[in-house]
Amino acid sequence: MMTLAQLNLEIARPEIGLLILIFVLMLFDLFSKKAQRGNMLQLGAIVGLVLTIVSVFRTAEDAIASAPQYAFSNMFVVDQMSMVLKIALLVSVAVLLIYSRDYLEKRKLFTGEFILLLLFATLGMMVMVSANHFVTLYLGLEILALSTYAMVALNRDSAVSTEAAMKYFILGALASGLLLYGMSMVYGATGALDVSAVAKSIEFSRANDPLISFGLVFVVAGLAFKLGVVPFHMWVPDVYHGAPTPMTLFIGSASKIAAFGFLVRILGDALAGATGEWQTMLVILAVASLAVGNIIAIAQTNIKRMLAYSTISHMGFLLLGILAGTKDGYAASMFYIISYSLMSLGAFGIIMLLSREGFEADNIDDLKGLNTRSPWIALLMLTMMFSMAGIPPFIGFFAKLAVLEAVLQVGYTWLVVYAVVMSVIGAYYYLRIVKLMYMDEPIDTNPIIASQTMRATLAVNAFAVLVVGLLPGTGLMGLCLSAVQRSL
Amino acid sequence: MQTSSYLLSLTIWVPIIVGILVLFCHRDAQKNTARMLALLGSVLGLIVAIPLWIGFDNTSAAMQFVERLTWIQRYNIHYALGVDGISMLFVLLNSFTTILVIIAAWRVIDEKVSQYLAAFLIMSGLINGVFVATDAILFYLFFEAMLIPMFLIIGIWGGPRRVYAAVKFFLYTLLGSLLMLAALIYLYNVTNGSFDIADYHRVPLGMTAQILIFLAFFASFAVKVPMWPVHTWLPDAHVEAPTGGSVILAAITLKIGAYGFLRFNMPIAPDAAHALSGMMIALSLIAIVYIGFVALAQSDMKKLVAYSSISHMGFVTLGFFLFNSQGIEGGLVQMISHGFISAAMFLCIGVLYDRVHSREISAYGGVVNTMPKFAFFAVFFAMANSGLPATSGFVGEFMVILGAMKVNFWYAFAAATTLILGAAYTLWMVKRVIFGEIANENVRALTDVNSRELVMLASLALLVLFMGVYPKPFTDVMHVSVDALLQHIALGKLN
Repeated sequence: MMTLAQLNLEIARPEIGLLILIFVLMLFDLFSKKAQRGNMLQLGAIVGLVLTIVSVFRTAEDAIASAPQYAFSNMFVVDQMSMVLKIALLVSVAVLLIYSRDYLEKRKLFTGEFILLLLFATLGMMVMVSANHFVTLYLGLEILALSTYAMVALNRDSAVSTEAAMKYFILGALASGLLLYGMSMVYGATGALDVSAVAKSIEFSRANDPLISFGLVFVVAGLAFKLGVVPFHMWVPDVYHGAPTPMTLFIGSASKIAAFGFLVRILGDALAGATGEWQTMLVILAVASLAVGNIIAIAQTNIKRMLAYSTISHMGFLLLGILAGTKDGYAASMFYIISYSLMSLGAFGIIMLLSREGFEADNIDDLKGLNTRSPWIALLMLTMMFSMAGIPPFIGFFAKLAVLEAVLQVGYTWLVVYAVVMSVIGAYYYLRIVKLMYMDEPIDTNPIIASQTMRATLAVNAFAVLVVGLLPGTGLMGLCLSAVQRSL
Repeated sequence: MQTSSYLLSLTIWVPIIVGILVLFCHRDAQKNTARMLALLGSVLGLIVAIPLWIGFDNTSAAMQFVERLTWIQRYNIHYALGVDGISMLFVLLNSFTTILVIIAAWRVIDEKVSQYLAAFLIMSGLINGVFVATDAILFYLFFEAMLIPMFLIIGIWGGPRRVYAAVKFFLYTLLGSLLMLAALIYLYNVTNGSFDIADYHRVPLGMTAQILIFLAFFASFAVKVPMWPVHTWLPDAHVEAPTGGSVILAAITLKIGAYGFLRFNMPIAPDAAHALSGMMIALSLIAIVYIGFVALAQSDMKKLVAYSSISHMGFVTLGFFLFNSQGIEGGLVQMISHGFISAAMFLCIGVLYDRVHSREISAYGGVVNTMPKFAFFAVFFAMANSGLPATSGFVGEFMVILGAMKVNFWYAFAAATTLILGAAYTLWMVKRVIFGEIANENVRALTDVNSRELVMLASLALLVLFMGVYPKPFTDVMHVSVDALLQHIALGKLN
């Protein structure tokens, strides 16, 4: 019989706290007056997220000082990696809440449901990055996925949104199925579901078991679906395009951070013994994603679709770091994904800012002449675009540098050259956005209205894109490395 | 020389910070404030660069005015700066040219003034960074970041096909520099985690690795120089860029490519440089002769000068890959001299363009009748461009031809044809534009240069003349560094 103390509940304080917050907000949403509801819910959620960040920090102190700490008989782990990833995703959810307020209010979508689903999804992501057991991983993933399906469908009167939600749900469910199937095979081969037990079993006896390889294929396919890499990318453009922009942003930032955590726990930790096998699979996925993402993005006229393809290519880059199979590689990918979500927050934030009541600024022509309309916002968008293209001194460059370095270390020189050539192709469509903003005359001459909070947050966001890579000392890159080294 | 070790940082950051301040004067009423502030910033930039010249130790080949701070620990990247005889003059050249560019834009640019000026100031700081960085990633950072303001300058204030030219310029250079990045990361691994350029000079490398590294750097720098056959972005960019953009492109950014050969290609892969010198010399000679003929056929003044730049830069690369001190020093002198002369040529074209709004040679004729002062300078710079003795254009070409003669008579012979070709295309243009009868009403209505334009042209003319008559101060600075470089290359890295 297990006692409460053995469960080691206290290291799950942030998650439990967040869950309580969700329930409180749910009740508040039911019984409050309509007039103040939006403000209070937003405030409550942001304060709650900030408190959760503090709590994540406090909880991880012991884990950072000594060794990773486990709860629920090894199903849940708190280590430095989970801490960094949780803080990153909590911050991006909080920023998203600030960005999306005006946009959603004008579309009458800023309701309790949105905030609650968002927080539930956040909870799911936190469970994902802290999971140390296949069942916990899956549990976190499903909390996230089910909340996201509902969020995408939130704008129920819009046919595009509903279509996107439907596609997302069906393909997502299929991916979950594949993943579970793969996990079950790994379980069959190793007799374990615990990440460290699986790792041990594979390392000592079953590295060449065909059942493992077979399971691996399904696991990788399932993960590829979730990340949206080629050839499992079909849902990405439609969902990015169809979902209300805040939901797109959520899928493109926070949930990618969680997916990274998931990927590393499964491939880098549990299945580390089979690195040779999944490495080849990831090479194929990465090569295809870089090509498809960068080339098809050129043909897009809708900026959300363009950014969807851009995401595909960025996920290809992310896989490059992971396929290196080294701690440097995981750290590089971790840095990459955090940088990427910073950039995508900024870019989608600006798209939301340019949209008005009954008008979606999602055509790339809507950006025309932005420099004439507002030099400041154009400069912010320029920062995001050049950063995504990997031009220094922005953070995107350092992220690419880190990944390429890790890949070259393991001897994949051709892959580095290939990635470099693809980046040049990619630079073209980011440049096109800059060109539209700076070198064309505006079509849309409506004044740009944005709250001070949003402007300030965007400025901080762009500033972060500029300086986080440039920070002297250990910086975020060093933090990612030490997190990976101490956690795997 | 360690006493004033903050100087190099100042040359980088003064223009950048002033540039950012200028960006804030974006209202219409603040146009003049923006101009004054930008002028102040560029003058300050030159003032902080002058102590480099005064305090420079000509007898040492080592890096001087060194600064070194740990920057990104994770990858052992340093904020490391320093100049030697090869790079020092370019910092001065760049700081000086920036002032000219700001003055040239004074009345001409009237839209988005603050952004235009800020772009030039920021770029000036970044270019100084390129020349003084001794850490490879820091170098790369400046090298790439420079593209952003240049892209905007061509794209926003350029001519009708400006967007095409800007995108072409950006993508060409980006491909080259990303391949260089791959080479840098490779070297980082070979040196067990160092991004110090000096470490790359020392690290032993096999022949295959050297060739690949050489080609990767070549991809990056050949585009910047630009060498034939990757030169096609330059005429487009030049023609479409505003006057200031052309000046900076021709006077400074082309030099970065050639500087890269000296700083990266030759010392890091010396044996490959020897092995591939035949190719480099062939490409240089093609640039000199073939592009010279192409220049002859141009009807657009800016295009003509752009092709003439390519041809002159061919001299520079030719000089470098002769592997003797006349060649390399001649190449360096040619770079500085071309910095003055091409800047002057583009400013002259700018003066005409501002008045008539045409760059076609056929739109002019008999300008001397209405603009005598201007005609004096235009003819002078045209003479310098065709390499007249006693102008700086002669010194570099002569040294390179001497160096070529030591290696192979026919190299020297082919290179020397430029003295004829250069004279042909430049003077023919001058004849058609400046001399003859007044061609049309536009020319009749021309007003001569004002004092602002006079200052720019006169200061350049003095420099061209000084360098042509007495080049010793310039060659003295580079001599020891060039010798050290040659010794290093002669040793090689194999065995």
